[in-house]
Amino acid sequence: MLTLQQDSLRSGEKEKMPLEGYNFAYLDESTKRMIRRGLLKAVAVPGYQVPFAGREMPMPCGWGTGGIQVTASVIGEEDVLKVIDQGSDDTTNAVSIRRFFASTTGVKTTTHTAEATIIQTRHRIPEHPLTEQQILVYQVPLPEPLRWLEPSEKETRTLHALEEYGLMNVKIYEDIMRHGAIAMSFDYPVRVNGRYIMSPSPIPRFDNPKMHQCPALQLFGAGREKRLYAIPPYTDVKSLDFEDYPFEVQHWDEPCALCGARHTYLDEVVLDDTGKRMFVCSDSDACAENRARQGMTEVSHD
Amino acid sequence: MTEQLPVLRAESLTRRYGERLGCRNVSLELWPGEVLGIVGESGSGKSTLLNMLSGRLTPSEGRVLYRDAHGADIDLHALSEGERRRLLRTELGYVHQNPRDGLRMQVSAGANIGERLMAAGGRNYGKLRATALEWLDKVEIAAPRIDDVPARYSGGMQQRLQIARNLVTGPRLVFMDEPTGGLDVSVQARLLDLLRRLVRDMDLAVVLVTHDLAVARLLSHRLMVMYHGEVVEQGLADQVLDDPHHPYTQLLVSSILQG
Repeated sequence: MLTLQQDSLRSGEKEKMPLEGYNFAYLDESTKRMIRRGLLKAVAVPGYQVPFAGREMPMPCGWGTGGIQVTASVIGEEDVLKVIDQGSDDTTNAVSIRRFFASTTGVKTTTHTAEATIIQTRHRIPEHPLTEQQILVYQVPLPEPLRWLEPSEKETRTLHALEEYGLMNVKIYEDIMRHGAIAMSFDYPVRVNGRYIMSPSPIPRFDNPKMHQCPALQLFGAGREKRLYAIPPYTDVKSLDFEDYPFEVQHWDEPCALCGARHTYLDEVVLDDTGKRMFVCSDSDACAENRARQGMTEVSHD
Repeated sequence: MTEQLPVLRAESLTRRYGERLGCRNVSLELWPGEVLGIVGESGSGKSTLLNMLSGRLTPSEGRVLYRDAHGADIDLHALSEGERRRLLRTELGYVHQNPRDGLRMQVSAGANIGERLMAAGGRNYGKLRATALEWLDKVEIAAPRIDDVPARYSGGMQQRLQIARNLVTGPRLVFMDEPTGGLDVSVQARLLDLLRRLVRDMDLAVVLVTHDLAVARLLSHRLMVMYHGEVVEQGLADQVLDDPHHPYTQLLVSSILQG
């Protein structure tokens, strides 16, 4: 074990270590190995929540500690990292996580989806289609989709094991009863590979169809709840619905105010206190690319 | 009682809690459409027996055989947990004494009734709702209350809702643990009336546990009297109550308040 922990201190590699005294990607090698073992199990049983011994990270739970531990376990020196928060590369959470990995690994970082090999995300799946060469790492606050109705962990695990998912449909029934439609707009539960029901983390349901048969590996890490789960490439992911209330994604009446895109997820931005507002792409990289293609000038998202 | 074979058979059930004995050497048979009352004082082993019969508690000795809809004998305690749970929410029912144990208090009455159907694969909101309304009507709850959560129901309504939730899948055998406990007399009477009607209409077999002899006399065809974990007397309900043989049964019958 001791030799494992000192992997990165071998001579000749020292100049690659950007941060003196820390292992590559902050976590020690045995921890990373433990998490990778968990991830292998998660990939083998798509959608199943694998418990893991989550570590204390140098930031509080809720800042993406689950996703960070997953990224730290799979990242290598050749990787190119992109971090997004609400689709944007330049919000606090995204910037701080990107800097964290830049300083502890020294890997190249990017804001362009197509260039990245690992994309850590909170709340969005990039608009740019993903490829087989990419890994999408989700930060998950609440991994248990049944928690809404069943507070007991023992019971929810039993329900998953026995594939008793009547409860999940109770939630959908209640939604239709209260709102006249399935009103869950984010964290919309999905069934993975025809077996486990899974929380897709708080991505908008607009992004749910992108998980279906996605060429990229999708890994999920919940730091506070200490759970890992995964969707292997090209796996069926079906959003739950009723026969008479089928699953639908959100639609907007107007295009993105900056790039004019019509089929992207839009954020509503309040402009002043008289009620003026505009709708812009939530994926800042896709929006900028769109504008560049149309020869528009660079516009700041602020 | 058209079928010749019992729907439920228990063979010498015994349950020990360490040194203590919960229930000793109980055998019984229950035919379709029959209501079997189990009476006795608190601590006499009624609930232990009921839990063993319904597969929720593993007996120390003996076995419970349930004859399913296809006529196959199933040993309830030899089933896998998944199979037993599936059976419990389709062909069997369990009405708890306290509706809070049997209902989901934070979801609407409609969803409570629909849950078993959804577990069985029901995915059509319109149909689920129609069934829920039908069942609310059967248990005499007004249709506009379908979207209320059970927490806003009265005690009697909660109990009726729990019964509807259990009967919606058309079970063949229902276990009831003091279904009228905690209700006032007039509400009890109405509930008993409803239960009698449903049992008759659906040809239900029922195992009814109660300490209330009046309830037992009204609902059950046959009675078992339990005392210190053993069955001390059994027979037709009226026979047992009018002509009790065992000293404990005599004490029990004579302690009913005469109105």
